[in-house]
Amino acid sequence: MSTKPTGEVSYRIRRFNPECDAAPHWESYTIPLLPGMTVLDGLWRIKETLAPDLSWRSSCRMGVCGSCGMLVNGRPRLACNTQITELQSDTVVVAPLPNFDIVRDLVPDLAPMFAAHQGLLPFLIRDDVAERESPTAEFWQSAHELEQYLQFTYCIKCACCMAACPTFATDALYSGPMPLAQAHRYNNDTRDGGFAERTQVLGGEAGPWRCHYAGECSRVCPKGVDPAKAIQLMKRELVLDYLHLRRKYRPALVAPKPTGGKRREGIADAPARTV
Amino acid sequence: MMRDQKLWTWHIAAGAVILIFLGMHMTVMHLDGVVRLAGLNPAGGHPVDWANVAARAKIAFFPVTYVILLGAALFHGLYGLRNILFELNPRRVVKTMVSIVLMVLGIGLFAYGAWAAVASFTLARAA
Amino acid sequence: MLETKGRSNRLGIWGWLGGGRWGAERYLYTLHRLTGLGLLAYFLMHIIVTSSRALGQASWARAIGIVTGPLFKIGEYLVFMAFAFHAINGVRLAIIELGFGVGRPIEPVYPYRTSLDVQRPLAISILLLAAILIAAGTYNFWLLH
Repeated sequence: MSTKPTGEVSYRIRRFNPECDAAPHWESYTIPLLPGMTVLDGLWRIKETLAPDLSWRSSCRMGVCGSCGMLVNGRPRLACNTQITELQSDTVVVAPLPNFDIVRDLVPDLAPMFAAHQGLLPFLIRDDVAERESPTAEFWQSAHELEQYLQFTYCIKCACCMAACPTFATDALYSGPMPLAQAHRYNNDTRDGGFAERTQVLGGEAGPWRCHYAGECSRVCPKGVDPAKAIQLMKRELVLDYLHLRRKYRPALVAPKPTGGKRREGIADAPARTV
Repeated sequence: MMRDQKLWTWHIAAGAVILIFLGMHMTVMHLDGVVRLAGLNPAGGHPVDWANVAARAKIAFFPVTYVILLGAALFHGLYGLRNILFELNPRRVVKTMVSIVLMVLGIGLFAYGAWAAVASFTLARAA
Repeated sequence: MLETKGRSNRLGIWGWLGGGRWGAERYLYTLHRLTGLGLLAYFLMHIIVTSSRALGQASWARAIGIVTGPLFKIGEYLVFMAFAFHAINGVRLAIIELGFGVGRPIEPVYPYRTSLDVQRPLAISILLLAAILIAAGTYNFWLLH
C-alpha cells in the first residue's frame, strides 16, 4: 500500500456500546484514502486516530480466517477482502452482519451459527473406531471422489452467507447455508458413514427445506463455496433417501499396504518410524 | 406430524400434478380463444356459461380431474402457507395450532369441493 | 457464550424483500412467494364459489353474478398472470431443488462461477415461457372477450 493519499474517504459506521447506548446509531469519520486501502485498513486508521473504542473482529487480514465479515455498503463482505475503490462510492457504510445479535459495534454473536453447525455433526462418522483413534494407513479416496466435496471444504465460517439468507432473516430454527453446506460436505465425503445420523436433524425443521434458492448465499460467499449448490444437491439425496432410492454407500476402506514389489538395487531402506 | 423431508417431497409432487391439471383448467377457462379444443366449451360463448359447465360436468373426466386438482392444490397451497408462517418463528404452541387449523381447513374444503364435483356429475347425468 | 444478551439484529420480513443490490434470483423468490399467496387466497374463495354448481343452474347463476364486474375481471387476469409465473418458475425450482441444472462441485477459481451462473440459461428460458403464456392470456382476456 502506497503512503501518498489520493483523497479522502468517509466512513459511516453503526456503533453500539451496550454499556452506555440505548440503541445502535450511526457515526461518521473521515480519513485519508491511500491506494490499495481495504475497508479493514480504514477501520484500523479510524481506531488509531479517531475512535479508539471502535470494536470489530479481524485476524489474518488476507481473507482466510473469516473473522471480519461485515455489512459493507449493503452487502455482507469480508472487510479485509474489499478494496475501498471497488465500492465506487465516497462513503463506506459499515454495519455489523445482520441476522445475528450485536455484541458491540461491528461484532456479531455467531454462537447460534456454530451451535447449528455442531448439531449437524461436522466430522467423519465411521464404525471402525479403532482405526480412527490409531490409524494404520490412509482411507482410500480417488481424485474424482475428492472433487465431489472439495469445493465445500473451502468454507471459512465467515457468516456472510447467513447474513444474506432471506430465510435465516426470519427463521431462527433454520440451520442456515453454512451448517447445511458443511453437512453436505460430510455426507458427500466417501470416508464418512454418518448420513443416517445427520438425516435425523436434516429431515426436520433444521434441514434444507426452508431454502427456496434465493441464491444470495452463493453470491456473497468470499471463497466461492457455493452453499446454494450444496443445499440443492443435498435435497436430492434426502428425497432419494425418503423414497428408499438412495444407493447405500460403504465408507471408504483403509488403503491396503502395497504387497510384493521389489525395491530397486542401491536404494536404502526408509528410517524407522519415530511416531 | 410428518417431517419436513416427507412433506416437501409431496409438495413438489403435488406441484407437478397441479402443473398438468391446472394447466388444462386454465386452458379451458382462459385460453379458450387461443387454443380451440373441440368439446371443452361445446356451447360456445363464455366458458363459465351454464351450458358449458353442464356439458363438462357430464363427462366423467372433468369431475375426476377436478377432485385430483383440488386435493393436490389444497395440499400444495396450504403447506406453502404453513412454511411461510413457520418461517416467521412463532412459538411452538402457535405452530401446532397453525398446523391443526390448516389441516382442518384443507380437509374441510376438500370434502366440500369433492362433494360438489360428484353432485354436479350426478345432476348433469340425471338431466 | 455471551454473559449478557446481545442486541437483536435480525432483518425479519425485510430480509425476504431484499435490499436493492441483490441478484435476480432473489427477486424471483420474492415474486414466487407473493404469487403463491395470491393464488391461495383466490383458490380458497374459488372452491366455495364454483361448488355452487352442484345445486343447479339458479345457484350457479347467483354465484357467478356475485363475481362479475370489471374489478373481478381484472382480478381474474391477475390470477392468470400469477399462475403463469408461479407455475413456470415452479418448474424451474423443482428442477433446481432436486439438484439438477446447478452444476457439479468444482474447484473454486476466482472469479467464481456459482450455481446461479449455471442455472441462468434455465431461468431466462423459464421467464420467456412465462411471458409467452402471459401474452396468450392477455390476448384471450382482453381482445377476445
